[in-house]
Parts: sequence; C-alpha cells; structure tokens
Amino acid sequence: MVINMKSEKYELIAKEHQAPKSRLKNAIIAFLVGGTIGLIGEGIIELLCMYTHMSRNNAGTIMIVIMIFIASLSTALGFFDKLVTKFKCGLLIPITGFAHSMTSAALDYKREGPIYGLGANIFKLAGSVILYGIIAAWFFGMIRFLIGGEI
Amino acid sequence: MLLINSFLFCGFVCLVAQIILDNTKLTPGHVTSMFVVFGAFLDSFSFYDKIIKVVGGGALLPITSFGHSLIHGALAKANEYGILGILMGMFDLTATGITAAIIFSFIFALIFKPKN
Repeated sequence: MVINMKSEKYELIAKEHQAPKSRLKNAIIAFLVGGTIGLIGEGIIELLCMYTHMSRNNAGTIMIVIMIFIASLSTALGFFDKLVTKFKCGLLIPITGFAHSMTSAALDYKREGPIYGLGANIFKLAGSVILYGIIAAWFFGMIRFLIGGEI
Repeated sequence: MLLINSFLFCGFVCLVAQIILDNTKLTPGHVTSMFVVFGAFLDSFSFYDKIIKVVGGGALLPITSFGHSLIHGALAKANEYGILGILMGMFDLTATGITAAIIFSFIFALIFKPKN
C-alpha cells in the first residue's frame, strides 16, 4: 500500500514536470514538420514554373495534386499513420491530412462492401471539413456580398 | 524569400493547431474544421489573398486555404451572376483538390489492403 501510494505520488509529480516539456516538444516538432511541408510545396511550385513555364496558379494546383497523391499513397502503404502519431499537426493541418483521412477511411471500411462500406464512409472524417467549410464560405460570402463594394 | 516565408507560415499554422490540440480537449477533427472556417473568414475581405501573395505555396497547403478557395470561387462568381453566383462558384477552385483526393483514395483503397 505504501509503495503504491509512493509510486502514484511519483507519477503525479513526474507528470507535472513532464507535461509542459512534451507540449513544447510537440509544438516545435509541428512547427518544423509543417514548415518543411510548406517549403517542399513552394519548392515544387518554383521548379514547375522554372522548367515548364506554366503560370503560378496552375503550378499551385499541380503542387496540391502531387501532395495529395503522396499522402494517399503513403497512407495506403501504411507508414503515414506512424508519421502522424509522431508529428501530429505538422502533417494533419496541411492538405496531406485531408488526403490521409479520406484514404484511411476508404481502406478501413472497404471490407464492409462497396456501397455501405467504402462509399458511405469515405467522407467520414473529411466530411466535417467540407461541410463546415461550405457553411462558413456561404455565410461569410453572403455577408460580404450584402455589404457590397468591389469584391 | 518565398521559400523562407512558406516555411515560417506553414509551420506557424501547424504550431497554432498543435498548441490548441495539446491544451484543450478538442480532437484533430475539431481543429481542422475550425481552421477551415477561419480561412473562409479571413478571405471574406481578401486578406488571405494578400497572405498568398507574400507567402506563396506555403499558404496554399494548410487547410485554411481550403476555406479560402471555397469563398474565393463563390465571390468571384457572385461578382458575375449576382447572389446565385455564391452557390454556383463554391467549388470552382477546390474541385481539383477534392476530386484528386477522391480518385486517389478510391484507387488506392481498391489496390491496397488495410494495415492495422
């Protein structure tokens, strides 16, 4: 009993001292990983602009498709999940997180059939992003439109 | 210069998300939804467009840019066709990302087997 109390107390104290440190570490990791993804994205855009002479807008669109492709493929191959548990928001907040949520939902529910499994659940996680994005864009768009002025 | 700005901006957005995630009870789903709404809010007065001009590709990648492109397409169509344009142009810019994500995830789900 005494030993249990002691180990409990020890754990409490250890937790108190550990939590802020791991939070700081998480934040730094998220910053570095997210920043690296941003850097890669901008690098892809500049390479495309340099070698194919396409406009910056088109290069940005192709860059997003490339990022989605990489994220989907690495989710399907199974190592993106491990990276997400390590890097958390660094990978979830960029568009890679959106692609990851769709591919992992599709893979998980595949065995429940093509309609009520894959089809019904592919937007299970990404659906909320789309729903609230559209509601917000509609709401703010209406306000912006009614205020008037040059859009 | 755009490369450094991309690193800093994309990193900063992820940093804010991680801080929210660690210090509240919200899940990643809550945080991404919040960020999309926030992106749409920022672009209702074209503020996000200015960020993209300064930052470049780093501003296109975070999920805030999804909200931005939704409202940006809607307002661009609204400029042409009036209030109905908000409904018409909603997916104009995001269509590429959503369609690509659907196609890739469907094909990969057919090819690969789920791993635990």
